[in-house]
Amino acid sequence: MMKLLQIPNNLKAFLIEIGDLAYFAGRFFKEAFSRPFEFKELVRQCYIIGNRSLVLVGVTGFILGLVFTLQSRPTLMEFGAESWMPSMVSISIVREIGPMIIALICAGRISSGIGAELGSMRVTEQIDAMEVSGTNPFKYLVVTRIMATTLMVPLLIIFGDAIALYGSAIVENLKGDVSYQLYFNKIFNALKFSDLIPATIKSIFFGLAIGLVGTYKGYYCKKGTAGVGEASNTAVVYTSMLLFVIDFIAVFLADIFFEI
Amino acid sequence: MKNKIDTSPVLKIKDLKKSFGDNHVLNGFTMELFEGENLVIMGKSGSGKSVMIKCLVGLMESDSGDIEIMGKDIHQLERNELDNLRTKIGFLFQGSALYDSMTVRENLEFPLRKNKEKLKQKDALVLEALENVGLTDAIDLMPVELSGGMKRRVALARAIILKPKIIIYDEPTTGLDPITAKEIIELMREIQQKQGTSSLIITHDVDCARVTANRMILLIDGINYAEGTFQKLVTSTDKKIQAFFK
Repeated sequence: MMKLLQIPNNLKAFLIEIGDLAYFAGRFFKEAFSRPFEFKELVRQCYIIGNRSLVLVGVTGFILGLVFTLQSRPTLMEFGAESWMPSMVSISIVREIGPMIIALICAGRISSGIGAELGSMRVTEQIDAMEVSGTNPFKYLVVTRIMATTLMVPLLIIFGDAIALYGSAIVENLKGDVSYQLYFNKIFNALKFSDLIPATIKSIFFGLAIGLVGTYKGYYCKKGTAGVGEASNTAVVYTSMLLFVIDFIAVFLADIFFEI
Repeated sequence: MKNKIDTSPVLKIKDLKKSFGDNHVLNGFTMELFEGENLVIMGKSGSGKSVMIKCLVGLMESDSGDIEIMGKDIHQLERNELDNLRTKIGFLFQGSALYDSMTVRENLEFPLRKNKEKLKQKDALVLEALENVGLTDAIDLMPVELSGGMKRRVALARAIILKPKIIIYDEPTTGLDPITAKEIIELMREIQQKQGTSSLIITHDVDCARVTANRMILLIDGINYAEGTFQKLVTSTDKKIQAFFK
């Protein structure tokens, strides 16, 4: 009977990890709004995270738009509903597919990068060196990176969505002889604020999750260089899981507040 | 090594204890570092030397015991006060711990960022620190472009840039070839004589201890097992002490 009541070690470790992550998030919010602010480092991180992910997000978005339209076209044609293509593509991409796919790409690109960078700084005592020089490394390394991902990921998602819609327009222009002007007019007619606002709010939380998990895994990295790889790897896995959870909650709440 | 030593302690540790589970690393370690003194702490790998200095600068929490730096009990300090106190301590890490995304110049400027007065003279201070370690040519290089010895010199320059009262050296010669190790030891002596700092040197390099120590402590089984000058300890008949100098 006692054995049945015992919590398995894996579950225990998972719950402890969730608790530690929640504590880490609490510390982030506390330190993010207290002086001194590290503006210079924040701008640098925004540049690194935003600028260096731009091409990857652009290419992904473009292929997403192309493939999505190419795959949907035959089915819509079967029902004689090609004219619905712009509405269907734009709503699907802006509401769900764009934010989710681009956030997952960012999780792979940004979260793992942050995990590896901070992990390597931890094992080579660079974080300790910052601490003993009188600088708060949590503020300098963690707060700036989480704020940068929270600001940059929504912008990257908007950029990726726009490129995906452009990719879709190219397919429709080549295959269906639809002019770009007509295609984009239809897109803008189909999209409402109730599509854009929840997606943008969701993107902000995606950015927060990407920064939070990446920095958490890197900041508390252990076990030497092997730990760096593990930090980078688990950062991507945990972030991806968290993105799906956030997405589920966001869709659930949007359904209540925006009647989608 | 002979230098002017004051009798007032700049650093005091009393009955420091630290355990990791059942592993009792420090079992009541006690020491004092006096102004202008070079104190060498020797101990085997895993004897708790690094744990002790991490507790000393607040990187690790001790289980019990008192730590007083320049008259201030570090356990009573707020975060800001501790940060201010840390600017008066230079720390040379075993692996140099240079920030690898920054140039040598940026590495040296980093400790100055909180001090507005010193930030105004940052160029002069960086140059002076690099001159002290003989590496002015490396100012715009990245850490990855430096050799092990050069990294250690830059780390030393970073440790002294704020002209600290105390410098803590964590295994300053580990991983270096004998010639570079000698150069680093010589630099430590020069800096001590120039700036009159108190130095706490953690090492298991007997040569380093012989050249730099005014006084030595042997850390065995988590306590200060033996204390005295290098000469006194090297001539001891105690087998545990002899093991260090063989």
